[in-house]
Amino acid sequence: MIGFQTLLKKEVLRFWKVAFQTVAAPVLTAMLYLLIFAHVMANSTAAFPGINYEQFLIPGLAMMSMLQNAFANTSSSLIQSKITGNILFILLPPLTPWNFYGAYVLAAVIRGLAVGLGVFAVGIFIAHVPTHNIVWILVFAVLGCAMMAALGVIAGLWADRFDQIAAFQNFIIMPLTFLSGVFYSIHSLPDFWQRLSHFNPFFYMIDGFRYGFFGKSDVSVWLSLAVTAGAFLCLSAVTLSLLKSGYKLRQ
Amino acid sequence: MTYAIDVQNVEKKYGSFTALAGISLRVEQGEFFALLGPNGAGKTTLISILAGLTRADAGTLQVMGHDVVADYQAARRALGIVPQEIVFDPFFSVRETLQFQAGYFGIARTPALDSWIDELLAKLSLTDKADKNMRQLSGGMKRRVLVAQALVHRPPVIVLDEPTAGVDVELRQTLWGFIRELNAKGHTILLTTHYLEEAQQLCSRIAMMKLGRIVAMDTTEHLLSAFSERVLRVKLVAELPTSLLALRIRQEGINENSWHTFSIHDYNEVEILLSRIREAGATITNLEVTEPELEEVFVKIMNQGDSVPNATEQSIYPRGINP
Repeated sequence: MIGFQTLLKKEVLRFWKVAFQTVAAPVLTAMLYLLIFAHVMANSTAAFPGINYEQFLIPGLAMMSMLQNAFANTSSSLIQSKITGNILFILLPPLTPWNFYGAYVLAAVIRGLAVGLGVFAVGIFIAHVPTHNIVWILVFAVLGCAMMAALGVIAGLWADRFDQIAAFQNFIIMPLTFLSGVFYSIHSLPDFWQRLSHFNPFFYMIDGFRYGFFGKSDVSVWLSLAVTAGAFLCLSAVTLSLLKSGYKLRQ
Repeated sequence: MTYAIDVQNVEKKYGSFTALAGISLRVEQGEFFALLGPNGAGKTTLISILAGLTRADAGTLQVMGHDVVADYQAARRALGIVPQEIVFDPFFSVRETLQFQAGYFGIARTPALDSWIDELLAKLSLTDKADKNMRQLSGGMKRRVLVAQALVHRPPVIVLDEPTAGVDVELRQTLWGFIRELNAKGHTILLTTHYLEEAQQLCSRIAMMKLGRIVAMDTTEHLLSAFSERVLRVKLVAELPTSLLALRIRQEGINENSWHTFSIHDYNEVEILLSRIREAGATITNLEVTEPELEEVFVKIMNQGDSVPNATEQSIYPRGINP
């Protein structure tokens, strides 16, 4: 247990010592999206009755930032340690694959939540966002971040170079988050794109998260929960089996 | 009795390259053991497998009786590794680095740990650097931190993989003083180095590797006496008198500038040889007695390669041990 706690503390300190870059910067980015989109889209039809565009946008932006940063935390920590060689310090001790997985994923969830809180802290100055059910908000926030953290561990283990992580982020994570209904309700999309969005797991995370605020969603919140939890469990199983096999770490 | 390190028939291939072609060796508890060999002999591969950083294709390895795969947690707790490459975590200070490393090994932050860290810092002359970020340290200082990191969980078995490569005299002396002290307290030391005089001075037993095999393994004393000798070398004003030619084992240089070398077993023979030279009417201009050197043993064994007679089979067990 002390091994796990130590690794968790180290992973949290790793991003916290550079919080300006790892927490403040994504909050600023989200704020810019919010200001620009809210201004441009001010006259657009509301996604849900009684909810204006700014209110609709804030939870989606918060979730998008949380997901991207949870992924960035595990993937960049691992690739940095692998390239600089200091991954050795955690390969020599008697840490188990569960210790490794738990500490990396939990630290990334903490960073994701810190970024999410930051976005809300800024968002409340722009629009009032109601809270329908705090439990759903927390469940989707934690599960979404944990899923992305596990995906980040997989990417970090697989990649041998920084540009491979960047490619993963730019060609997979970014398109999936942007096309998940952060900026719009998928009901406003043409039929084909609407159906395609249902294959995007990120859509369910954002839709479920938004349900926690408005009590309204594009699909059933239970379906969103099932998809998010299922994706999290599948990716965790893959992560743990890679860690147990020593994939690219102990060869 | 439990061996500190017990390696049996370990094989490792990388594609078509054979890094280890069936290595067996046993290191007793409390030994100071050297693993020598040219680059690419397989020393670091063997250490990596022992540390669990690499997996063997065949064979078994135990540290203090714990299998490095089946019982990896106990095996890793028993092992402290100082890696060859200088690596560090740029986010943390020296003290934080050591606290984290202890934590990874399951050691709680107690006053006992803090005082052990202080002691390690003092022994390795790092006290004034304790709160400096790792990035601010010179290469030699970073290497000291790596040594401290390997020792922070007080492992009974310590492996040093070329710890003095490119290191200044001061660190070498500090390091060897400390490692000797740990050895005297009962820690087992496994050392790889290209500085053969270090191995000769420090280690009681030596294994030599070449192309993934052990080509010689014996006590330092036996290796020296079997492959090297103590010699008397003299320079004379003129040629060596013919009466002494039969005793000379080699000549280096020509005419008056030649060194004439004679084998001697003990120092009494120096006196006898010198008197015979004098009696033959020769005048000595220069003289030296050279002790057996591991470098000579190493070169001879590496040149013989795999044909060293039964070196592996005969001495796989420490002397006096009946397997």
